[in-house]
Amino acid sequence: MSATVNSAATPARQPRGYNFAFLDENTKREIRRKLLKAVAIPGYQVPFASPELPIARGWGTGGLQITMAIIGPEDVLKVIDQGCDGSVNAVNIRNLLVKTTGVDTTFDTTAASIVQTRHRVPEEPMRADQILVLQVPIPEPLRYVEASEAKTREMHGEMDYSRMWVYLYENIVQYGEISIGARYPSLVNRRYLMDPSPIPRWDVPKLSMSPTLHLFGAGREKRIYAVPPHTLVEPLEFEDFRFRVEEFSGRSCLRCGATDTYMNELFDRVSGQKLYACSDSGYCDKRRAAQERRAD
Amino acid sequence: MAVEQEIVLTVRNLSKLYGPGCPDCLSLTGPEAGTNICPRCHTIVACNGVSFELESGEILGIVGESGSGKSTLVRCLYFDEDATSGECCFSAFGDGRANAFAQTSQARRYIRNHLLGIVYQNPLMGIKPHFTAGGNVAEKLLTADVYNVSAIRQRAAALLERTEVPLARMDDFPAHFSGGMQQRVQIAKALANNPPVLLLDEVTTGLDVSVQARVLDLIKEIQQDLGIAMLVVSHDLGVIRILADRTAVMQHGQVLEFGLTDQILEDPQHRYTQLLVHSTL
Ligand SMILES: Nc1ncnc2c1ncn2[C@@H]1O[C@H](COP(=O)(O)OP(=O)(O)O)[C@@H](O)[C@H]1O
Ligand SMILES: [Mg+2]
Ligand SMILES: [Zn+2]
Repeated sequence: MSATVNSAATPARQPRGYNFAFLDENTKREIRRKLLKAVAIPGYQVPFASPELPIARGWGTGGLQITMAIIGPEDVLKVIDQGCDGSVNAVNIRNLLVKTTGVDTTFDTTAASIVQTRHRVPEEPMRADQILVLQVPIPEPLRYVEASEAKTREMHGEMDYSRMWVYLYENIVQYGEISIGARYPSLVNRRYLMDPSPIPRWDVPKLSMSPTLHLFGAGREKRIYAVPPHTLVEPLEFEDFRFRVEEFSGRSCLRCGATDTYMNELFDRVSGQKLYACSDSGYCDKRRAAQERRAD
Repeated sequence: MAVEQEIVLTVRNLSKLYGPGCPDCLSLTGPEAGTNICPRCHTIVACNGVSFELESGEILGIVGESGSGKSTLVRCLYFDEDATSGECCFSAFGDGRANAFAQTSQARRYIRNHLLGIVYQNPLMGIKPHFTAGGNVAEKLLTADVYNVSAIRQRAAALLERTEVPLARMDDFPAHFSGGMQQRVQIAKALANNPPVLLLDEVTTGLDVSVQARVLDLIKEIQQDLGIAMLVVSHDLGVIRILADRTAVMQHGQVLEFGLTDQILEDPQHRYTQLLVHSTL
């Protein structure tokens, strides 16, 4: 047994020179303690130490630290960036985790036990035996309306969200609708206002009353928060200006034909046309593979 | 025939100390001692055993020179500051018997959002220049749980109209308004939740004389139209004379004299009140 490895759960495949999942066991335990607190107070931002990683802060370090703290050798990992398994950031994070844990990886949401993501919640519904780890750049939803950290903490403590409401009101006065796309402020468990990270509005309802544990990590800002399973997540809305998800009606994915997914807009220079494709590449590939199997 | 007036706000023995405090602070300060600073521990006794009752629909004036504790009193009643001791009961909360100062911060916030309005001397203490005029009124409505945009806009428009802010300015930012118009936006905001009690602290002090008269008229009209009980605080007996039915005179944190405004102006009992009256007459 290598002297530098003190984890009992060290798989044979793991290279020498690192502790399992890079962080030492004390650091991981400390993060898990903060995670327990975050789960106990849904939506509440728990400060944590945010240890150094071989990746610059802000490049998904908060999510990475959480994943490192909870991952075990039996886990199956999926890493996505803006819905895509193949983007540079996703590949870097996946490589680092595989190199330091030796776990199996997948592009299939349903096959993963841990999904680490930036900017999307997978299209396929997740289960109770899965964990979704979200990378967060700005954990404070009240940053829209208040620059001082001391004041925003007080506002959370008092559950005083009137200024966020005025912000939404002014939005409607100015634009005729609430113009917030990603980072839609949402109330967790009827208590704490949460920034759901820059997922599109499309994904916010998926967080609510889901059987899955959602963990949010902001590395640069050193905050962890959680939406535990079966917890209410309510986007702020007025009686006469309801929260709406993005509108894709009449559009379909050019690759898999889906009409019920969150889509990226593409621009075809040759035809000058706008085209659409699923943002969740794993789901899109899976649908195409199934279509090909049916065609055979 | 004397009509029994409903009491909407009762304040008993309100004291506010700035400093460490000692057992003798309250007895060693006040008008007789001629200071509001405790000679023993140098604590500032901004309010010292202030008591009064506010009747429904009346305007109660609080007058006194600068530093006598008027603003501190108002800030304590609005929970901007924690009173050091004393009681404060609202008829619309806890059967009128619960001491608001002893409530949880949530309950105090309920009282502030639903039962109180405040107008500060500096309009920018009460309104936010980077929210629109309508947004400022909306903020008060939203704290009182009105979550309907068209209802908010209707109410804001009516209030701004009532306080003579041109409707065309409803979606503009008060940062660009004159002081008088900012003050009228602040009044509209304070009225938004239909509070039974309105607190006004030196509302005309910063304004041009020509604008002052119009704002005072407006306050008087609103009080008559809506029957809101008001606590009007001013160092200016002229303002008190125009607005207040009854008046308390404060000095060094204590209420020195209390009675009908006319009586206090015509026949002041205390030497200090006499000086105050004669210097302005
Ligand atoms: N935050 C504070 N800290 C210390 N002293 C204060 C504070 N606020 C007010 N005071 C003091 O309390 C006394 C009453 O002030 P204030 O209530 O503003 O009087 P007024 O409104 O009648 O002019 C003054 O002596 C003032 O200096
Ligand atoms: Mg004052
Ligand atoms: Zn003392």
